[in-house]
Amino acid sequence: MKTISLQDAVELIPAGASLMIGGFMGVGTPERIVDELVRQNKRDLTVIANDNALPGVGIGKLVSAGLVRKTIASHIGLNPETQKKMIAGEMEVDLVPQGTLIERIRSAGFGLGGVLTPTGVGTIVEEGKQRIDVNGRPWLLETALRADFALVQAFLADYLGNLQYALTARNFNPVIAMAADTVIVDAEHIVPVGVIAPDHVMTPAPLVDYLIAHG
Amino acid sequence: MDSQTLIAKRIARELKSGMLVNLGIGIPTLVANYVPAGVHVFFQSENGLIGTGPLPQEGLAQARLTDAAGRPVTALPGACAFDSAMSFGLIRGGHVDMTVLGGLQVDERGLLANWMIPGKMVPGMGGAMDLVAGAKRVVVAMQHSAKGKPKIVKRCSLPLTSVRPVDLVVTELATIAFPAGRATLLETAPGVTAEQVRAATEAELVVPARVPSMAL
Repeated sequence: MKTISLQDAVELIPAGASLMIGGFMGVGTPERIVDELVRQNKRDLTVIANDNALPGVGIGKLVSAGLVRKTIASHIGLNPETQKKMIAGEMEVDLVPQGTLIERIRSAGFGLGGVLTPTGVGTIVEEGKQRIDVNGRPWLLETALRADFALVQAFLADYLGNLQYALTARNFNPVIAMAADTVIVDAEHIVPVGVIAPDHVMTPAPLVDYLIAHG
Repeated sequence: MDSQTLIAKRIARELKSGMLVNLGIGIPTLVANYVPAGVHVFFQSENGLIGTGPLPQEGLAQARLTDAAGRPVTALPGACAFDSAMSFGLIRGGHVDMTVLGGLQVDERGLLANWMIPGKMVPGMGGAMDLVAGAKRVVVAMQHSAKGKPKIVKRCSLPLTSVRPVDLVVTELATIAFPAGRATLLETAPGVTAEQVRAATEAELVVPARVPSMAL
């Protein structure tokens, strides 16, 4: 793990990159990294996340700034700008059931090719996918999903990069931290090693590439 | 009593102590207000919490403690938090005893459409498809009609949420279940006749000889 300034961290991200971003309706989204992506005007991004939040909140800021070429998400219903851009053909939107989206990400992070899920069988979600019968039941093959960068928001990070999350701000964060080539973390508090007890570490330090420096 | 309160109160009677319950947004959220006295259930919020409590007092909202719509909630003593993979493992894995969801259409076999209106409203399915695929019991809370059009139809014209039939539909007029794949009238709302329900329903409705009134 290396510490890095906010500006330098975002300079690592090229235009056109695929980003997994933590957060659920903006809760648990690394807001400072999002703001810096907007400031550096990183364009043509692919954003993989639970949702697109609201205009002016979290990932919604990237959408409003016109930086997102494609989003893979489970819900965009509370962001009318995403819906408008999707209908106008300015933004590609791939809607994925929430449990399937997180399992596709988990599969990539855990070294699996994908998962078999009952979710979506017989619906339009099945279109273009393989249906596989196992033990007499139909399942959909949902393939693993990786990204160039994971942008993670933690509650605590220790000096080695062990992470702990808080309450419902955990959501996608520990899962995306497994599934990207480069993992960039912003933490609310940076604490000495030992403050997070071994049993309470939610993301082990070796998974973290960069921790954004405070102060 | 307004129709939403009636629906929520009726569904609350389905709650039994010890159940893990997931409530969707809209009318389903109201069910939490009418948990019968002496019944203790665990409410799951799909964004990563079991033990979701009421709204926080003014000034005590916690930015990292929210419901699936991103609104501040509280956590009851004994609550636990987890990531989204665990949350949907609970849902898909059959660990959620009951889910209550909104509905756009339900067909006469009990198949639900509740996530998009092509060309008009494409919010995304969020967790709805996983909930219907995996929860042990699926209850739909919805108005009986939308703009005068029946929502309990012969076949859904809107895209399905799942091919797994729901177990119960509660509207402001009736309680309907789907034994043997046929929409069957279980109860009518107070002051509503079976004939009124049939007239407001497009699906072929099985009406038993005796249909009790909803107890609330």
